[in-house]
Amino acid sequence: MTELPPFKLAGLLIARDLRLAARRWDQVLQPLVFFVVVITLFPLAIGPELSELRRIAPGILWVAAMLASLLAADALFRPDVEDGVMEQWVLSGQPLPWMLLAKTVAHWMLTGLPLVVMAPVVAIGLGLGSDGWSLMLLTLLLGTATLSLLGGIGAALTVGLRRGNMLMALLVLPLEVPVLIFGARALDMGLHGELVTGPISLMTAILLMALVLGPFAMAAAIRISIE
Amino acid sequence: MARRYGLFNRMGKLSRHRKGRDCSRIHVVFARRKAAEFDLLLSRHVYLPDRAQYFMSSVQAQRFASTATGALEVRDVHLWRGEHHLLRGISFLLDSGQLLQLNGPNGAGKTSLLRVIARLLPPESGELFWKGQPAAADYRQNMLYLGHSNALKLDLTALENLRFSAGLSREVSDAECRAALQAVAIPHCAELPARVLSAGQRRRVALSRLLLSNVPLWVLDEPITNLDVSGIAVVESLLAQHLEKGGMIIAAAHQALLAGHAGVRSVQLQ
Repeated sequence: MTELPPFKLAGLLIARDLRLAARRWDQVLQPLVFFVVVITLFPLAIGPELSELRRIAPGILWVAAMLASLLAADALFRPDVEDGVMEQWVLSGQPLPWMLLAKTVAHWMLTGLPLVVMAPVVAIGLGLGSDGWSLMLLTLLLGTATLSLLGGIGAALTVGLRRGNMLMALLVLPLEVPVLIFGARALDMGLHGELVTGPISLMTAILLMALVLGPFAMAAAIRISIE
Repeated sequence: MARRYGLFNRMGKLSRHRKGRDCSRIHVVFARRKAAEFDLLLSRHVYLPDRAQYFMSSVQAQRFASTATGALEVRDVHLWRGEHHLLRGISFLLDSGQLLQLNGPNGAGKTSLLRVIARLLPPESGELFWKGQPAAADYRQNMLYLGHSNALKLDLTALENLRFSAGLSREVSDAECRAALQAVAIPHCAELPARVLSAGQRRRVALSRLLLSNVPLWVLDEPITNLDVSGIAVVESLLAQHLEKGGMIIAAAHQALLAGHAGVRSVQLQ
């Protein structure tokens, strides 16, 4: 038994998750539906005043994206832990942090990326013109990836608990709040024509840190959770 | 790793014992000072008067009779579950070509012991030796663990499940996977999602992984659960072939596996 080449291993895991998702569309769509519904409810509740909506649009987009990712995070590791597949991963002799990173990437492709793709459509309802789209896509791309990684740490820590969902939200929210602040702030500043390199750099820094440290935290948490 | 577990959990055992609850990791520093004192208590059976009866006496006798170093040695494993001292000083030695069957009523600690051996569960104290060395990272690559759960994704077909799970350890072809399903007599299930298979068929899919691995040590938790008579025969022939090739098997089961076979020993957990 030898270690597989890292990218082949990651490809194997991602392909499996995408195939599983293709057979369970209802579960994959859940966060996306949540995101779209929450955002479309705001204009209905607040009123159709476009200038008002445009002012709060960055905040709404970001809160909805964050809650959608939190909603999705619980399903990141739970199914694999419950049916015993995770045990086999731990025992497989392959590097567990790398495997969990691949799993998180697949999770982001299924729950984060659709939000980014859908964002321009729902943004129209909030009165955001096409001038802010590129910035919105960039911040959401950076942000959803970070949220998936942070959510993964919370999910790995609480996967051994029967009702870990609430605890996970408590654990993860403080970590995710900076992403929310900088994401919404960058979008807001961009819409007012200000320079956004500051918040974007900070978001990239948070993403890189989560990318490097997250998988090791997840692996350690998973090992404890399946004891 | 093994050394770390040993040190770490010795303290864990102490604090659990003193505090009576699962808070081992918090009391590590405090426990360090008291470890020596506690070992003394343990050896005098002050707290655990019935400890001796949990020793696997028959296996231990063989351990001392055999001078050869076994491939797998489990030495004095203790495990607590909450306030229950589940495994009390389990020691045994397993050589190639031998099957160790764990018997015992539900809740006796069979699964826990298997998970300790698979190194999924760190024991409070005790060590694992593989070929005379403390079990390290390469130990996992010599072992295949099939747990209670079949580790199947219900939305994937039997073939996809098998290809994926075996593919984590080495390159496997479709043909090999199909041959493995053929060997456990469910070739017709290859293209069916595991969701529609019966419990026995799912168990057979899980067991077909044994055919695709070439590791010496199999750790099996109730391998013949849900299987019919022909399924049990298939599994027994797999086990016998593995022993003939010099493999080692530890299995928990309620029925005798490979009764009458030369390399089979069984042990009663209470």
